[in-house]
Amino acid sequence: MSDVGTKELRIVGFLCNWCSYGGADTAGVGRFKQPTDLRIIRVPCSGRVDPLFVVRALLTGADGVLVSGCHPRDCHYSEGNYYARRRLEMLRRLLQFMGIDEKRFHYTWVSASEGQKWQQVVTDFTKQVHELGPLHDKKEKAD
Amino acid sequence: MRVGVFICHCGSNIAGTVDVARVAAEARKIPGVAFATNYMYTCSEPGQDEIKAAIKRENLDRIVVAACSPRMHENTFRKTIQKAGLNKYFLEMANIREHIAWIGNDKELNTEKAIDAVSMAIAKVMQNKPLHATSFKINKRVLVIGGGVAGMQAALDCADGGLDVVLVEKSPAVGGIMARLDKTFPTIDCSICILGPKMVDVGQHEKIKLFAYSEIEEIKGYIGNYQIKIRKKATYVDWEKCTGCGLCMEKCPSKNSYDYFNFGVAPTKAINIPFPQAIPKKAKIDPNYCRQFLKGKCGVCAKICPTGAINYEMKDEIVTEEVGAIVVATGYGLLDQNILTEYGGTRYPDVISGIQYERLLNASGPTSGHIERPSDHTEPKTIVFVSCAGSRDKSIGVPYCSGFCCMYIAKQAILTKDHIPDSQSYVFYMDIRSPGKGYDEFTRRAQEEYGAQYIRGRVSKIYPKGKKMIVRGADTLLGTQVEIEADLVVLATAAIAAEGAAEMAEKLHISYDTFGFYVESHPKLRPVETNTSGVFLAGACQGPKDIPSSVGQGSAAAAKVLSLFSRDMLESDPAIAQVNTNACVGCLKCLKTCPFQAIVEDTLRSGKKVAKVIETVCAGCGVCTSTCPCGAIQLQHFTDNQLLSEVSAICQM
Repeated sequence: MSDVGTKELRIVGFLCNWCSYGGADTAGVGRFKQPTDLRIIRVPCSGRVDPLFVVRALLTGADGVLVSGCHPRDCHYSEGNYYARRRLEMLRRLLQFMGIDEKRFHYTWVSASEGQKWQQVVTDFTKQVHELGPLHDKKEKAD
Repeated sequence: MRVGVFICHCGSNIAGTVDVARVAAEARKIPGVAFATNYMYTCSEPGQDEIKAAIKRENLDRIVVAACSPRMHENTFRKTIQKAGLNKYFLEMANIREHIAWIGNDKELNTEKAIDAVSMAIAKVMQNKPLHATSFKINKRVLVIGGGVAGMQAALDCADGGLDVVLVEKSPAVGGIMARLDKTFPTIDCSICILGPKMVDVGQHEKIKLFAYSEIEEIKGYIGNYQIKIRKKATYVDWEKCTGCGLCMEKCPSKNSYDYFNFGVAPTKAINIPFPQAIPKKAKIDPNYCRQFLKGKCGVCAKICPTGAINYEMKDEIVTEEVGAIVVATGYGLLDQNILTEYGGTRYPDVISGIQYERLLNASGPTSGHIERPSDHTEPKTIVFVSCAGSRDKSIGVPYCSGFCCMYIAKQAILTKDHIPDSQSYVFYMDIRSPGKGYDEFTRRAQEEYGAQYIRGRVSKIYPKGKKMIVRGADTLLGTQVEIEADLVVLATAAIAAEGAAEMAEKLHISYDTFGFYVESHPKLRPVETNTSGVFLAGACQGPKDIPSSVGQGSAAAAKVLSLFSRDMLESDPAIAQVNTNACVGCLKCLKTCPFQAIVEDTLRSGKKVAKVIETVCAGCGVCTSTCPCGAIQLQHFTDNQLLSEVSAICQM
């Protein structure tokens, strides 16, 4: 059982090292409780996230994918998150053509000091994915 | 491959909500894992020895430590395995404390999550390649941004340590807020008397290159090698020729220029030297008020200047400086009084801010140190101080304490009594916050020796009645309403982030918090470092601070720079992009997306065009890797294979 009330789902998070990974650390240090479904992968920059990583995760077992980076204009590498924003926005619009609800994917910006915001992001996204239910059980039934 | 896995209890921090023994047992079942154990404090010396011993005993070649955040201890454990003979990139950390143990109460779920985190780390570490750092030369010059007391201290300490310093100050003179203060608490020492000599040192030090009235235009580069573009704003006075005699200021007919130095307490001339002790002591024209600029005719200063320094045609100038490290000391700002509508905003001339009152007290201020009401220039007899004017007020977005107001109010109450012996001061306060050597004694002195009446409660309204200002508030100790007929009201307006703090952070690639204050690397143990190596913080740009703390941080930042520069070479991070020339098709999309211009076109001996990474310039963001259509350019340590192995570890249908 997940904290959300139903069986735990699989959510993969790609977090940039400088902002959002630090934000998740700050949330931990502040003991801001969160649902436990999320599994975090650390990347140097949200610009490192290849949209195909998201697709791969969703196709091979994830029920939701979250990408979080530095706020626009505050990227540790100047402009990596601008590339991320363009690519991920494009991906979001393409997901439906793969038969995947775009609500299973979310990208956002959380800075290293925003522990509370991180708690909110994780809680909201987990809830959103749980409302959709598991991705792959459904697919198996359809098959 | 023989992976060793170490699960840390971190006392009860992790073990309290994660079944560490089970995590270790599950890790043992994963193919490739030769050894897994759990340990009380892995980061302790015996804990690290345990890792080293296990590497030898079990013949391990990859290590996973599941403990706190890698942002905390990755370096610690990298050094540990390096000492045991492994390449330091054969380490992965699973963050089971901040990301798991501390954010969930369900031990069962936490343990499952921790097992996943460890599986991901194991999957990644098995893909890791040995990487070797290269070293590069560092430019041993330092840029200090901000010439307040923190910045000056940092600049002087660096310069005395033998470094060349570039000091950039955006106002026409160094000194910052401290130069505007009359006295300092708790000694009631004269502020400019103790700061003045430091300012002179900054102006005269042969190792300090001072750019006053200048701003940072652009910052490029990385630790050890920064290129800084500095905008020298047009002063319309040739500072090479200006002697600071002040004749122009005397004769200037435009008398209603806003006085930034005095926070608008009284107007100044359109051409002015901000204050008598200014360093550099040079005049500057404010084109928003100068008749020559507004009406196209006047030219009085040009006629009167004995050295012919006036130049109305002057333009901003951009200069480039090269440095190896940066100290940011951009200070703080003060809350706009207009937000405090219950206190009349700025509608009532006799309701002023603490810093304005400071200028009224100051002998070099516009009233030559005579306290007078701005409305009718009479001497006030009843003065009310309102602390927390904006501070600790969530409704206006300043939930924090500004830190130094309680102390300066006590000081101003004492000085008021010194200036006007038959005056009575009232202080409305929420709490008296006076931690510091001699601080609490000082606030007591204000009450007991100088008769300041302290009223615990907030002020709800300030309004005029005849010539007086009525201050209405609560006395929460007596449980009554209070109304005081005041001649003058002083608001201790909240300390906020300096103007343009966010833009500066973006230029520096450092983080700032919700309020605009810069974020240090660690709140307890790395107070002057930032997460961007080579950039250090000093003073109130990191959060409200009083003078001794700012000076302490200035020196601390200088010590960090000096220790950084004690080496001639720095080791570069080898986690940078690498091109597989066999796979590269020479489309050069990576060249266009690289934020650092670290990729160039190269021609192989066969004549094939490929991308090439300039190792010292690459910062390791990986934008190129996710751009490359054929996976030819790979960010080391974060390759497609490494990241996808993590995905596969947790996404198995």
